[in-house]
Amino acid sequence: MAASAAALRHLAPLGARLARLPPQGRAAGRLLQPQQQQRRGIRLSAPAPIQVTVRDALNQALDEELERDERVFLLGEEVAQYDGAYKVSRGLWKKYGDKRVIDTPISEMGFTGIAVGAAMAGLRPVCEFMTFNFSMQAIDQVINSAAKTCYMSAGSIAVPIVFRGPNGASAGVAAQHSQCFAAWYGHCPGLKVVSPWSSEDAKGLLKASIRDDNPVVMLENELLYGVPFEISEQAQSKDFLVPIGKAKIERQGTHVTLVSHSRPVGHCLEAAAVLAKEGVECEVINLRTIRPMDIETVEASVVKTNHLVTVEGGWPQFGVGAEICARIMEGSAFNYLDAPAVRVTGADVPMPYAKNLEDNCIPQVKDIIFAVKKTLNI
Amino acid sequence: MRKMLLAALSRVLQGPAGATAAAAGRTASRVMVASRNYADFASEATFEIKKCDLHRLEEGPSTTAVMTREEGLHYYKTMQTIRRMELKSDQLYKQKIIRGFCHLYDGQEACCVGLEVAIKPTDHVITAYRVHGFTYARGVPVREILAELTGRKGGCVKGKGGSMHMYTKNFYGGNGIVGAQVPLGAGIALACKYFGKNEVCFTLYGDGAANQGQIFETYNMAALWKLPCVFICENNRYGMGTSVERAAASTDYYKRGDFIPGLRVDGMDVLCVREATKFAAEHCRAGKGPILMELQTYRYHGHSMSDPGISYRTREEIQEVRSKSDPITLLKDRMVNNNLASIEELKEIDVAVRKEIEEAAQFATTDPEPPLEELGNHIYFNEPPFEVRGPNQWIRYKSVS
Repeated sequence: MAASAAALRHLAPLGARLARLPPQGRAAGRLLQPQQQQRRGIRLSAPAPIQVTVRDALNQALDEELERDERVFLLGEEVAQYDGAYKVSRGLWKKYGDKRVIDTPISEMGFTGIAVGAAMAGLRPVCEFMTFNFSMQAIDQVINSAAKTCYMSAGSIAVPIVFRGPNGASAGVAAQHSQCFAAWYGHCPGLKVVSPWSSEDAKGLLKASIRDDNPVVMLENELLYGVPFEISEQAQSKDFLVPIGKAKIERQGTHVTLVSHSRPVGHCLEAAAVLAKEGVECEVINLRTIRPMDIETVEASVVKTNHLVTVEGGWPQFGVGAEICARIMEGSAFNYLDAPAVRVTGADVPMPYAKNLEDNCIPQVKDIIFAVKKTLNI
Repeated sequence: MRKMLLAALSRVLQGPAGATAAAAGRTASRVMVASRNYADFASEATFEIKKCDLHRLEEGPSTTAVMTREEGLHYYKTMQTIRRMELKSDQLYKQKIIRGFCHLYDGQEACCVGLEVAIKPTDHVITAYRVHGFTYARGVPVREILAELTGRKGGCVKGKGGSMHMYTKNFYGGNGIVGAQVPLGAGIALACKYFGKNEVCFTLYGDGAANQGQIFETYNMAALWKLPCVFICENNRYGMGTSVERAAASTDYYKRGDFIPGLRVDGMDVLCVREATKFAAEHCRAGKGPILMELQTYRYHGHSMSDPGISYRTREEIQEVRSKSDPITLLKDRMVNNNLASIEELKEIDVAVRKEIEEAAQFATTDPEPPLEELGNHIYFNEPPFEVRGPNQWIRYKSVS
């Protein structure tokens, strides 16, 4: 079943061309220009976008980058023979072998240091943390060895490494396994920190991160791994990259700016759909990158909408939203605010286990709607 | 009368060429004491060196070492340079021209010199914060080291790193967090194995760091994956103010690698260090996996310049090591006693070294500090220029890679 589905995915664009289907309405795909159609000698219509889960998008990105550059390798717990704790690296060990996909013992500080050292000596490691909670044991290597070395060595030693894994709340995994590290890593100069939401984000950002010559922390989300998103044909290309440091406007709007990253972006879009029925048009911005943060896109949006609501899964104090609010105050957009900026965040408690308690610790659609109405005074 | 007779006798003995040679000798004698005696020196000598204690090894390094005259002079000059450089740093620190942390290496010179002469320039070295000696041994000139200590733009990393963060080709510092350099070193070894160019990484740490958990994690992975990593514990008996007996349940640091073979080496004898390093490097290059060397050494200074170094050890102990085990004195005695060099020749080297250090110190105290623009640079590598925030939102620095 899986095999035929995979085959279908490959055939889908071809099938669409052969069937000469009319272009999709709001497809993520790109229409081929007439001259391109003529060059190919056949009459082509717009390719159909395909559905790819975040997990598969990450898997494709890893596969493509491992193939493209032999200095790239993956290491972490269970990444090889287990196919990845969350199956993100499925099939890669079988394809690339022990040299390129390495299972490590449970020694975060040790293997993270080894990965950083390998990067200093010219390799391009992808270091997986089973979850970012465990990265705390290795955080000295991420910050003091990886982030700061280029600066301390006046640019003579580069550390082209990617640290990736699931971040933030999952479902029912309780306090020690649910922390969001966006603010912690986003705090540090020398690091880049990215936080994908969609499959396109995941694929493009992972590829861009691997190709970046700097240490990049990629904060994935476990609950998004199984979620399918449409990805365009452009995004299916082996050279598709999402630029680090650029936010994306997922939905245009005029009344309020919603800024978010990772899974809450989906919640913002859901809230926007509900609010649209009441005549409130939300502009939803997917940050995509925490550091360096694209505050310009947020500013331009606030200038247009005059209202700002930030949404994140992490704790409120010293969080991503706090940083956005501070920067908006410092910049030109402040004069365009008609109301104070509002933050929607995780509850300021360690994550409880019971479902009802947990549900009330993460920002829900209703919390976002409430915040929007508060800031719009409706 | 007697003088004339002797002079006549001398002329007769020297033969026809003697007259001009004697004249040349008289004018040259003040300058070239050494070359006049050159033919008298041995070209090399063989020395007995201490046998290494072994752990999980059937045989150890050779107990004899051959040293040529050239090698001896080179080792002597290098160690003396490091010694004087460290003493100059002490002076500059007390004059407050060097600030912050300053961890001096005098007493331990045989370790970094013995290591460097046993390995190739294409091998890799990483160590902790007591790094000035290694930085010099790996090829950075004294003036760039001192200028880095004084925080000037002519420093080896433009004043951005300071005492604990010095780097050069195949030398990865210079690491301030105790023990963190050990996994890094194993990672460099992983890259050596990956690239398959028969290179080895020499990863150093101290007796204090030897109790760090991440080192044991690293031992495990290095052995599991047979990484070409030589772990080197520089045991100078004290981790800051804590003696080894008070810090470690087992002070046999060469055995702490457990399943990793180890050897304990006399770290005050440059030849002992050299032979042991050659042995260890061979082990790795043969694909046998990691190996551990404990170098027993001693630092004359305290842990850093803010530690007088006498509250946890006696002056008598320091004096005893200085008089009986000083690495430079040991080498000097060996060379002189085996006719590899003369005392005068070595004194000339001392003079030359002193001069070099003085000039370097002069440079380090007069070179300007880095320009303010440097503050924002090198956040990222290979990145288009961007802006970095200063202490307030209106102060911006450009960041160039």
